[in-house]
Amino acid sequence: MSAPRKQHEKLLSRGLQFSFLLALLLVWYLATARWGVSRILLPAPATVWRELDDVLRSGEFLPHLRVTLIELASAFAIACTFGLGSGYLISRTRYAMAVFEPLLASIYSVPMILLLPLYVLFFGLGSGSKIALGATVSFFPIVLSTIAGFGSVERIFVTSARSMGASNAQMFRYVLLPAALPVVVTGLRMGFTIALLAILGSETIASFAGLGHKIAQLAEAMETARMFAYIAFAVAIVAILNIITTALERRVKLQ
Amino acid sequence: MAKSDVAVRIRDVSHQFGEPGDARFVQALQRTSLDIRRGELICLIGPSGCGKSTLLNIIGGLLAPTTGTIEVDAKPVRGPLPHDIAFVFQENALFPWCTVKENVMLGMRFQGVSRTEQEKRARDALAAVGLNDFMAHHPAQLSGGMRQRAALARALSLQTDILLMDEPFGALDEQTRIVLGEDLSVLLARAAKTIVFVTHSLGEAVFLADRVAVFSARPGMVKASIDIDEPHPRKPSFVTTEKFSDLRNKLYGLLHDEIRKSVESAAVTELNA
Repeated sequence: MSAPRKQHEKLLSRGLQFSFLLALLLVWYLATARWGVSRILLPAPATVWRELDDVLRSGEFLPHLRVTLIELASAFAIACTFGLGSGYLISRTRYAMAVFEPLLASIYSVPMILLLPLYVLFFGLGSGSKIALGATVSFFPIVLSTIAGFGSVERIFVTSARSMGASNAQMFRYVLLPAALPVVVTGLRMGFTIALLAILGSETIASFAGLGHKIAQLAEAMETARMFAYIAFAVAIVAILNIITTALERRVKLQ
Repeated sequence: MAKSDVAVRIRDVSHQFGEPGDARFVQALQRTSLDIRRGELICLIGPSGCGKSTLLNIIGGLLAPTTGTIEVDAKPVRGPLPHDIAFVFQENALFPWCTVKENVMLGMRFQGVSRTEQEKRARDALAAVGLNDFMAHHPAQLSGGMRQRAALARALSLQTDILLMDEPFGALDEQTRIVLGEDLSVLLARAAKTIVFVTHSLGEAVFLADRVAVFSARPGMVKASIDIDEPHPRKPSFVTTEKFSDLRNKLYGLLHDEIRKSVESAAVTELNA
């Protein structure tokens, strides 16, 4: 396919995506302005826009954003430490892989949000329980992809490096790590994304602070216009973080 | 034969995978003895599963024999000898995340060769195999034949006295094999290395080798050894001579029964499985 044609198709699909969002906005507008949907349940787009403008200008969002991001960073750091560490150790023997890989994969399929009441009991209503939940959900894709990445390095790479006299450290740095990295990095990105989802979600259920907390609080106070503004803000933050992590993942894989 | 003429001394080497009685027990090699002379190119040829690749890995210290001894330069082998022995494997032994030049340099880096020396030797080795214009390519961008040239360059850059080649052209098509074989003969005539070359191809063995060791069917041992008395570098026209076909036929005669045996025993194994 020729380059300009490809460009053209890309433009077309972008245009369609944009029109879809625009149509959604239009339905939203019509629902509030024409079809008489309650303003309390569904505020008009213009009202939400004004609220969002106010939220951003006043800087009211800052403490909540900070809490959520700190929780995310702590949870991800814990998940990385344990996920990468234990994943690498498990990948070192076939036996450990045969024992732990299916075990971890089956635990991964349990809905982790069920742990939240327990974590609230253990760590309280504050950030502790959110970090614990975020770290738990994020641990699994990281450990599983680390096992998969380091466990599936082709033997011939290891054999040929050994024949050329690679030390253990050189084997890790120049053979195992680059061979495993593409798979591991995918796990890291997935872990990061679901940690963010779990933290925002658990903040809406039981918490003192954070973006999720603010959204739930506004809903309870029936301040739906401001709540919608915060939802839009949270969606934007998630989108920005996703763009950054996806770009980082692609960069690592291209190396 | 004077002692110093022997580069690799193989004495009563046997190797088995698994224990007798196991379902997967295989007696790969049976009391094999062979002296590999300094500077010769010896081809190991034999039916599939006769243990010729196993023997190569044992010589290179990648595998410990079940019984018997291996000596390289009169010193017993107890593990890889990266300063004395370089390998060229069948295929895909290049690191796909490195460029061709980085692949060549990495082997030297493992051995602590200085950066500038790495650069120089990598350039020389890649030029010798005709890959000067592909140093910045990744292995996936090269053809199978070019990848094996790169693997050969990596082995040459290590400047070892001994080169072990495990069916290096086994995965390539016939025409590429012929060209690579001719180039290899020219290259190695200059290099003055001791080379052990495992192959399935009778023609390749006769064309390249100073001596061909024929293995029996599993459990493998050296059944016969034939000298190929023809100076290096060999000319492409060598394959059309009567001498070439006589030698090839002689090898074929030695191998034919062994190949039948190995195929029949494989069929029996399959029936029992």
